[in-house]
Amino acid sequence: MENVFHFLSQNIDMVYIVILMIFLGIEIIGRVPSVLHTPLMSGANAIHGVVIIGAIIVMGKAESGNYLALILGFLAVVLGTLNVVGGFVVTDRMLEMFKKKKK
Amino acid sequence: MDISSLSVCYLIASVTYIVGLKMLSKPSTARTGNLIAAGGMILAIFATIFLYKFNGKRLGNYEWIFSAMVIGCIIGWLVAKKVKMTAMPELVSFFNGMGGACAALISIVEFDYLYREYRTVGSLFSDVAPLGHYLAIIAGTIIGSISFIGSMIAWGKLAGKFKDYSFKGQHLFNTVILILVLAAAVLTYFSKTENANIYFFVTVALALLYGVFFVLPIGGADMPVVISLLNSFTGVAAACGGFLYDNKAMLTGGILVGAAGTLLTILMCRAMNRSLMNVLLGSFGGNAKTASITKDVHGNIKEISVSDAAMLMAYAKKVMIVPGYGLAVAQAQHTCHELEKALEEKGVQVEYAIHPVAGRMPGHMNVLLAEADVNYEKLLEMGEANEEMKSTDVAFILGANDVVNPAAKNDPSSPIYGMPILEVELAKQVIVNKRSMKPGYAGIENELFYQPKTSMLFGDAKKVLQELLAELKNI
Repeated sequence: MENVFHFLSQNIDMVYIVILMIFLGIEIIGRVPSVLHTPLMSGANAIHGVVIIGAIIVMGKAESGNYLALILGFLAVVLGTLNVVGGFVVTDRMLEMFKKKKK
Repeated sequence: MDISSLSVCYLIASVTYIVGLKMLSKPSTARTGNLIAAGGMILAIFATIFLYKFNGKRLGNYEWIFSAMVIGCIIGWLVAKKVKMTAMPELVSFFNGMGGACAALISIVEFDYLYREYRTVGSLFSDVAPLGHYLAIIAGTIIGSISFIGSMIAWGKLAGKFKDYSFKGQHLFNTVILILVLAAAVLTYFSKTENANIYFFVTVALALLYGVFFVLPIGGADMPVVISLLNSFTGVAAACGGFLYDNKAMLTGGILVGAAGTLLTILMCRAMNRSLMNVLLGSFGGNAKTASITKDVHGNIKEISVSDAAMLMAYAKKVMIVPGYGLAVAQAQHTCHELEKALEEKGVQVEYAIHPVAGRMPGHMNVLLAEADVNYEKLLEMGEANEEMKSTDVAFILGANDVVNPAAKNDPSSPIYGMPILEVELAKQVIVNKRSMKPGYAGIENELFYQPKTSMLFGDAKKVLQELLAELKNI
């Protein structure tokens, strides 16, 4: 129990962010028309590509002798970039078609 | 100075994700929203590369980082630009898997640092490794691995590379594996420092195994729900990375997607009138398939020729097109739009009835028809479409099946009972285009096809539409 309190007090601002983001995420999606479910899923998919920041940090701090970190980090950056670029481009492609219709 | 400008960049990035997601939920602002979020992402990435400091030092290995990013950009861009709109669901799954793999790899490397730091201490791993740090690593590893392998399986299933596979006692088997994953994770923490890595890699292997068996038994048409769920998993895995690096941009982005993705998953299930548990246990594809065909639907089906069908539609006042997966597979969305124009030239009012789960993903039909330049206002959502159905002369069903099956309303023993459907039988005439009499995804017969007002027009959706077009020109 003490551990839990210790953990909470150390990371209290993170815990706040987590809780507020959960509510915010639910609130934002709650009003989406079903028309936009696919683009929204794709857009959300691109946004979690933010994990690439972690990959860049891993890659950037790897020492030159640490091959595990270098190779896995390199792979992680490639995959993370794929997620980000692919995600946003696909979402844009889907939405481009909706845009034309609105005029 | 550098550190604070980095925080400001992350703050801006977090705001763009929130604003972006919000704008994505309105048709008029969706595209801008996506671009805003993309802008925030670029800012966060470059801020990390140039401003992030680790133990007071800037990041190194720029050549590695940039070459990896260039490779990722080129592949991602090409794949995203080249793929056909019908293959969208599997593509989202593929990219999601990449994100999951990225999260898992980061956590593996971070664990390796932790392990190297403490392996010579010679005591229990739990005595030396900080619990919060370990939890973030192990959660990121497990969730990321499941998300990666699960997405790959979902991708393969949608692309037709594997079939559903389930065996007796699968749920028990899955539960046991999941318990083993958690047990291995706990064991890693309480093992001797020099052995911790063995248990850790056992955890990774078990998590991958769980991911495979988690997705394999779930039916092909439930994949969108699974992808959406795995999408939120990857969000949580990214958030674990946020904890690990005390990085607010990763944390906000990850949790936002985790929460929104979970809700989206539930919304999708609700559109099919099923619970998430029901989807995950695979009862649609599993036991339902064997149990439900008991109620035989018999009778005569009536075929209609292309020219009769064209005649019927040309002299109707209002035609309601009900697109389904068959339209997507046949890539017939453009031809469908041409048919709509040809009919309108003859003074027929044409509208589309869109079931929320028609196709392979919620909203899939909207995306496809939008690609073919169909006017956004012509796409009616289910409630609206059912209102209009009574005054419709011809309901033209293009490759849809389960979403127009009256059994969902009339037959409590049917596995799709209770799912809201498009009530096409309210229309004066129903023309059904299918490739054959084979049942749809749910594996059940559709009594609609045997009703007196229904006529069947067999053939590939695109070919049939082209023939219809040719006939219409002659009328």
